Amino acid sequence: MTMRLRLILMFMLFIQPFALHAVQVDELLPNPALEHRARELSAQLRCLVCQNQSIDDSDAPLARDLRILVRERLVAGDSDEAVKAYLVKRYGAFILLQPPFTLETYLLWLFPVICLVAGGLVVLASRRSGAAVALEPMSPEDEARLRHILDPNSPE
Amino acid sequence: MSVEIGLFALILAFVLALIQGLVPFWGAYRRDAHLMRLASWLAVGQFAFIALAYGLLTYAHITDDFSVLNVFENSHSLKPLVYKISGVWGNHEGSMLLWVLILSLFGALLALLARTMPAVLKANVLGVQALVSLAFLAFILFTSNPFARLFPVPAEGRDLNPVLQDPGLAIHPPLLYLGYVGFSLSFSFAAAALIEGRIDAAWARWARPWILTAWIFLTLGIAMGSYWAYYTLGWGGFWFWDPVENASLMPWLAGTALLHSALVMEKRNALKIWTIFLAIVAFSLSLLGTFLVRSGVLTSVHAFASDPRRGVFILAILVIFIGGSLALYAWRASRLQAGGLFSPVSREGALVVNNLLLTVSCATILVGTLYPLALESLTGEKISVGGPYFNLCAAILIWPLLVLVPVGQSLSWKRGDLYGAAQRLFFAFVCGLLVLVLIVAFRSGGPVLAPFGMGLAVYIICGAFAEIISRIWRKSEGLHALWSRLAGLPLSAFGTAVAHAGVGVVLLGLSATGWGIEHIVAIKPNQPVALGPYELVLDGLISRHGPNYEEAAAQMSVRSGGVIVARIEPSKRNYAARQMGTSKAGIVTLNLGQIYVSMADANADGSVNMRLYWKPLVTLIWLGAVVMALGGLLSVLDRRLRLGLPVKAARSKIPLAQPAE
Repeated sequence: MTMRLRLILMFMLFIQPFALHAVQVDELLPNPALEHRARELSAQLRCLVCQNQSIDDSDAPLARDLRILVRERLVAGDSDEAVKAYLVKRYGAFILLQPPFTLETYLLWLFPVICLVAGGLVVLASRRSGAAVALEPMSPEDEARLRHILDPNSPE
Repeated sequence: MSVEIGLFALILAFVLALIQGLVPFWGAYRRDAHLMRLASWLAVGQFAFIALAYGLLTYAHITDDFSVLNVFENSHSLKPLVYKISGVWGNHEGSMLLWVLILSLFGALLALLARTMPAVLKANVLGVQALVSLAFLAFILFTSNPFARLFPVPAEGRDLNPVLQDPGLAIHPPLLYLGYVGFSLSFSFAAAALIEGRIDAAWARWARPWILTAWIFLTLGIAMGSYWAYYTLGWGGFWFWDPVENASLMPWLAGTALLHSALVMEKRNALKIWTIFLAIVAFSLSLLGTFLVRSGVLTSVHAFASDPRRGVFILAILVIFIGGSLALYAWRASRLQAGGLFSPVSREGALVVNNLLLTVSCATILVGTLYPLALESLTGEKISVGGPYFNLCAAILIWPLLVLVPVGQSLSWKRGDLYGAAQRLFFAFVCGLLVLVLIVAFRSGGPVLAPFGMGLAVYIICGAFAEIISRIWRKSEGLHALWSRLAGLPLSAFGTAVAHAGVGVVLLGLSATGWGIEHIVAIKPNQPVALGPYELVLDGLISRHGPNYEEAAAQMSVRSGGVIVARIEPSKRNYAARQMGTSKAGIVTLNLGQIYVSMADANADGSVNMRLYWKPLVTLIWLGAVVMALGGLLSVLDRRLRLGLPVKAARSKIPLAQPAE
């Protein structure tokens, strides 16, 4: 390695504390299937110190610790659900980016459905009130005239 | 001295806004033409003073006048000129000043361009616009004075947050604000209609270009913001369902719904009361977005410049305007006459479904964004509502909407014919199906939904142009007749087709992310690493000095079949003034896809840790948004919507109209 390259590497090591990175090489599990599961799981877990980032994306040291923890649990043979349950027990439901379906979140989960049904009913109701004045179909003569107006070449 | 002039100009603008917020209403009420005409001059004057203030703040930034607190906190003498200019809006005070600048710009544009608009409507619109302006000028003058001085004068500034020193940031906020704030005009139009108690298709014709303009800028702003996050934050994601992103997406969804319902109103005089409601909602959501971002109530990756103290003031503005306009709506909406009947299977019917799905999506995002806040303040319980929740909801609500886009376009107004629409869409449907089958047959791996997304996208793109084809195509006619029909179509028909095709293009890009490849590796110099169809080689490392930073970069080459097709240079920077580091991803675009390299730390053995991505067709996500905006532009340019043109158009029509009689 040349002196110059060594200097650059030292410079990069110096910058490193300011810009840590998401998932790093040394964290990866040798088993690709487990690693894939680890990635899928970490995308659903929230980094607790940086707002609104998954631990998969986050640069924070805590996120790194959590990623390693997730991998340790997976290597120990935990199922995905067991890993989540373990983390929820330690850190609370806050860690799940997709909130569980519990008493506190019924409204959150059902809201789109309620909203869609209510909106649909309003649309139907407003149609009903207007339905009395149903649209009359056009008479054949009118239709022929209309065709002539739209396209002068057609026979009247 | 110029700094004091800036503050003085701002105070004068405040006074003009105060007059503009009173006199035109009085004039409209008394039907006094002189008082009403005054509104236009006041709007132009207000804009001129705010522009002066803005210009002087920019001047202070360019000339490194560190006696101004705002310049000291956000600038540095070594910062490149372009970031000195963009740094003006890269902080709280400056960005609020940009906000009112754009607000008054829209007021002034309306005053100058809409010369033939009914005087009463115009006076009321400018009056409401001035009230919004007044509130935000008060906010700036009382809580966020950008011209505050500092003594003793420091020799050097603190520099701008390095993350914000980027060309993307130079464009993103102005575009986004042009969109956000653009909806202020549709809000003012709605409020004016309610005050006057009159609303008709002409209202929609006057309001629609402004709705479209705001929508175009918001579309571009969101796309730009997404691309900025994509290349800045360093892990290649482009949408994070961050509260601040949601804050811009909600007005966009409401605005998209508004754009379509205003169309129904203009063409068919129906959905009037609903359109007024949407116009209020779109701007209310913009205000909410401003509140969420500026108050710091949500701390998120985007909340660089925020201050909770100011939150209360914006919250008050929010409550007054949203509450006030909704109260006005509740009080006056019953006076507006509903009109225009249509059968359920018709273009109006399809647009009602469009509006239903868009507003439910918008409401879902609103609830999802605010739910954790509400739950925590009510029960103390902390939960997260993040990407997985929004992705699931959006997928359920948006898929049916996407399927319906070409169908709605193929139905005729008033009474449609499903069978005919199906015939017109047959070709598009076959194309989509073909793509789906081909992908499933020849491409393994990737998520299940990706091939369906591609097929749907192709169906939307082909379907978007099916309407134009059906309008010009007649059997047994020569090319000449076809061409003359094509030329005779209004620009807005092309606008619709292009904008809808843009939706399909975005969907292509989104679906293709399913086939993306990611490698996390320690890469050694001169050892090729395979990445999708390419090979990456680390040729060497260099270090260099930027104007206000130090940089270490990796020089890499991208090879395909042994031939170098591109060079790529991910880097890390250290900004001395703030002692902060940023990493710059190395990105190169190849065949609409991108290779994305983000550099982490170096190891003792000379290798460098990197994340390498191959993202096929990823650029289509943003190009599609540009195509959508282009479609909007075509619609705005339609002569029937162009302001002041009806007179000219009518004159030129006389000789043309005769043969058709």
